[in-house]
Amino acid sequence: MNEITLLASDLTRRYGSHTAVNGVGFELRQGEVLGFLGPNGAGKSTTMQMLTGNLAPSSGSIEICGIDLLERPKAAKALIGYLPETPPLYRDLSVHEFLTLSAKLHRVPRKQMSALVERAKLRCGLDQAGGKLIGSLSKGYQQRVGIAQAIVHNPRVVILDEPTVGLDPIQIREIRELIRELGGEHSVILSTHILPEVESICDRVQIMHQGQLVFSDSIDALRRYRQGNTLEVGLRHPPAPGELEAINGVSRVEAAEDGLWRLHFAPGGDPTDTLVALAAERRWGLFRLQPAQTSLEEVFVHLTRSEALV
Amino acid sequence: MILTLAAKELKGLFGTPLAWSVLAVLQAVLAYIFLAQIDSFLAVQPQLEQLANPPGITEYIVAPLFASAAVILLMATPLLSMRLIAEERRNRTLSLLLSAPLSMTEIVLGKFFGLLLFLALIIGLALAMALGLYAGGSIDLGLLAANLLGLLLLASCFAALGLYFSTLTDSPSVAGIASLGASLGLWVINMAAADPDSLLHYFSLLKHFESFNRGLIDSGDGAFFLLFSAVFLVFSIRRLDGERLRG
Repeated sequence: MNEITLLASDLTRRYGSHTAVNGVGFELRQGEVLGFLGPNGAGKSTTMQMLTGNLAPSSGSIEICGIDLLERPKAAKALIGYLPETPPLYRDLSVHEFLTLSAKLHRVPRKQMSALVERAKLRCGLDQAGGKLIGSLSKGYQQRVGIAQAIVHNPRVVILDEPTVGLDPIQIREIRELIRELGGEHSVILSTHILPEVESICDRVQIMHQGQLVFSDSIDALRRYRQGNTLEVGLRHPPAPGELEAINGVSRVEAAEDGLWRLHFAPGGDPTDTLVALAAERRWGLFRLQPAQTSLEEVFVHLTRSEALV
Repeated sequence: MILTLAAKELKGLFGTPLAWSVLAVLQAVLAYIFLAQIDSFLAVQPQLEQLANPPGITEYIVAPLFASAAVILLMATPLLSMRLIAEERRNRTLSLLLSAPLSMTEIVLGKFFGLLLFLALIIGLALAMALGLYAGGSIDLGLLAANLLGLLLLASCFAALGLYFSTLTDSPSVAGIASLGASLGLWVINMAAADPDSLLHYFSLLKHFESFNRGLIDSGDGAFFLLFSAVFLVFSIRRLDGERLRG
């Protein structure tokens, strides 16, 4: 197991009587990419602000590589790179000036300064844009500058708050590749409300809902959880529902939109083979058969209802 | 680290037309006052010579110049100080500083010294004009030094006050008008008190500056200015810290 780079325990943040984050605790290991998933207002950004020292938790503790963030904020903050929801960019500076300033603020030694700035530019695909004013860059490039700013001082933990919001699909793909690459040597936490994004980049996922962690497991577990025990079947000449229900293993049948059927089955009793054989034999006109994926909303509904998974 | 921040502030100021226009306009106004004083000095010079103990050119020209510069700084500082924190908050750039390994004290002092350096530049331009008098006579350097020191201390009060108001809001113009009102109020607060021993006189920035303007370096006045700046810097630090704690 790799070294633990970030340890948060029992983080709580209250605004007056409203509790934005309630008893959140987790750990992050070297080289891991952790996805923070949740609807808007779930407390993702608040948690990230606490992890980066922008906001003090009402209670709980945070350790970065063994250094307590609340007791030794300067030492701990030097190990973190943070991209907030809105990238903190000085529009009047050029990309190069801005990254140099950011490196200086993070106490990068003068000797390594230019090498690190060049490296950050290269990694974020900004090597051609160094002399341009940030204000004149497109949204996608500004986002890259934001990420470059977060990694320029070579931090152990990189925290990115919704890094792909507002980008076009090509830019999203590039940023995702960059994040996956970062995961190699840094530990990365990123937040998003897009489920496929988490599945494509992260090793582990945590789902937040109303300020609480409702799910925390590996990506594979989430995938299994999402696929569940449901098949989506399209039949041109559907038989009576009773016939479908009679198939060995099928526990329940419901009609879905667009003439599709949803077959629920007991765990372990996948009826796919039987279904295909029957469909061919009785000429049901099978045109579609796929494991149904639950949408993010359904996952949330499930998770918030079943406490067993916590 | 404070220096890095101060340099960043200064660079940010000069990156906008605001700094240049402030420098140009203030210099034009100060130059006009300076020339008007020289004119009036030349007109009354023959009569002055008949006095037993006539005022010199420093007293006649430089002291009024610095007194006007004080009022002009009072008006101009809020224009410059209002952006310090409020604009960073509005543009969401404050988190860059907050997540960097900097203490709140370093952030506040960095911003303060950045602004103070710029104000010192304005004062430096006024000083350059005063030194230009060497072309036509000699200057009372002691009086000049007292004025210079007084003006710098006064500028630091305005800067600290403006910085504090800038931490209170995310709208630069609100911070600007509030700090203008506060500094103007503190400037003339003694007008209401006829009694020279009134407490109001003690809080008047103008009163404390007057002795410097006359060439008198009173440590009490100096201490007042320093204390005044320190108090508002501490208020700013506490205000920003409180925001982190309470949100």
